[in-house]
Amino acid sequence: MANDTNLPGHDGPSDSLVPVSTADPGTAVERSDALRNPGLPPHRLRVTDTDPKKAKTAERVIVALFYVSLVGSIFAMAAYFAFPIKPNDLGSVRLNNVFVGIGLSFALLAIGVAAIHWSKVLMDDHEGIDIRHPVKGDPKTQARAVEIFRQADRESGFNRRVLIRNGMIAAFAALPFPAIFLFRDLGPSAGTPAEAFSHTMWKAGTRLTKDPTGDPIRASDVTIGSVFHVIPEGLNDTEDVLEEKGKAAVLLMRLEPGDLHVSPEKRTWNYDGIVAYSKICTHVGCPVALYEQETHHLLCPCHQSQFDITREAAVIFGPAVRPLPQLPITVDSEGYLVARSDFHEPVGPSFWERRGDYNV
Amino acid sequence: MNDEMKPRRRKHGRRSPLASVALVLTGLLMTGGAYALFTAATPASASVDLTSTQTIQEGKKLFAANCATCHGLNLAGSDSGPSLIGVGAAAVDFQVGTGRMPLAKDAAQAPDKPPVFNDTQVKQLAGYVASISPGPGIPAASNLTLTGDATKGAELFRINCAMCHNVAGAGGALTEGKYAPNLMETSPSHIYEAMLTGPQNMPVFNDDNITPQEKQDIITALKTQSKSETVGGFALGSLGPVAEGLFIWIFGLGAVVAFTVWLTAKAN
Repeated sequence: MANDTNLPGHDGPSDSLVPVSTADPGTAVERSDALRNPGLPPHRLRVTDTDPKKAKTAERVIVALFYVSLVGSIFAMAAYFAFPIKPNDLGSVRLNNVFVGIGLSFALLAIGVAAIHWSKVLMDDHEGIDIRHPVKGDPKTQARAVEIFRQADRESGFNRRVLIRNGMIAAFAALPFPAIFLFRDLGPSAGTPAEAFSHTMWKAGTRLTKDPTGDPIRASDVTIGSVFHVIPEGLNDTEDVLEEKGKAAVLLMRLEPGDLHVSPEKRTWNYDGIVAYSKICTHVGCPVALYEQETHHLLCPCHQSQFDITREAAVIFGPAVRPLPQLPITVDSEGYLVARSDFHEPVGPSFWERRGDYNV
Repeated sequence: MNDEMKPRRRKHGRRSPLASVALVLTGLLMTGGAYALFTAATPASASVDLTSTQTIQEGKKLFAANCATCHGLNLAGSDSGPSLIGVGAAAVDFQVGTGRMPLAKDAAQAPDKPPVFNDTQVKQLAGYVASISPGPGIPAASNLTLTGDATKGAELFRINCAMCHNVAGAGGALTEGKYAPNLMETSPSHIYEAMLTGPQNMPVFNDDNITPQEKQDIITALKTQSKSETVGGFALGSLGPVAEGLFIWIFGLGAVVAFTVWLTAKAN
């Protein structure tokens, strides 16, 4: 077809070059070494074009593929009845899915493969070029378009009745704003989100209880090397159990008191080597609970942050930047572990209003 | 001559990648099959009286010959092994019974391997260690009946165990080469003893934390899980996103790339 060298934009002078004939001979640059259009490579015949036997084979393959698809569809239908889904039998669901799926996969795949193979080996494969038409309309079309816009403006009075126009713009502009109030209701019902993030259920005297039963824990129950997964007393009776648990979950560990390096202001926060730390990672809030009782390291499974429990949960590896907040604990008159207060800083990852002076 | 060589070489070159894939697959299947065959659980049924003098005497001889180098003749430990004072019969039964002890080499963690001692010898060692200083005992058979509440056990497992051992009990990685092992093939008594004694880096879950009944619930849940069939297709080791991601990246994207290459290649 058009696979000769007569392509536009290559042989004639391009816009950026000054035509040689009109330019000052002293400064003209004639691009004699400009890249010539190499044209298309010569058309190569396929084996199916030259060898009728090969073409016949290809035809058979394509027909066979379509028949494979046909068989796949029939197989899927047969499998649906041969492997029925029985109630309360998950094994039957699996069999049904597997065999119906195999049938349908072959049905679809074979059609696709056959169609592509057909077009590649048997359909005409001569190279052709469609020249792109200019984007710009001719002056007559342009003038007509402008006329249509003017007429619409005249008839609607869009630019004449400015009050109406501005009123409409204002109405549209205000429309998205109710969404803010609607989405705000997804947040905490009382106070700002920042306040909700800053406090948990823990307060002075709240007993530490086992997750999920809510049974209180005696200090004597926590032997050295133990880990308890802890929730505040009464959590299971609250309205927003998961929201409160997401903030108040605590990991309780007992170490040899001599292994702990305690800073002076947190001297009273542990009880005879029993320490309680927030289970919510300060990186992005995954539950940190992979405790190694020999190294006293806590590992977060999401991004491999590591905290050293002997040094007040200092970060020793990974993307977290703050230690896990410590819950100050003591025992009450009956020997049960209780919180001394809420956490002294917000638990979990950073948020916009989090004060910078909490801890680190 | 040259023209004859060419197509043959191309044919050969095209076949070899498939052949190596098939070879690797066959190898993997055979290794997996052999592993599954050889690790079939061997039930321990020998009943040994842990407190009899004869048991303790035999245990003492075994201990002196096999354990005292690291743990010391009087169980006080040394630079190469921790003290065994107060670890109890449960710890010995777990460590020796799962083959973790004697230690084969110094590594991040002692792996389980075929046990060196038979069940009677393990019990003799346990009896001896428990006779020197008392500690948690081997759980009674009545605690291992697998008649617990699997639903409750699964909840407790998710709260207390799943972060390390994986929600399906398939195990998982810890730091610096340490790992939480797969629990699917572990015997009920070894699971119970591990909770009770906290071997290596595993924390202790004493009877005040997880009661004997709750321990039984957890073991029931694990055994129910190991027996249940996977309905969602290949479990890929139940390892979660890593195994599944790797699978889809290699086989899924591999298929997409192969089809794309085929689509754009010119026909011969």
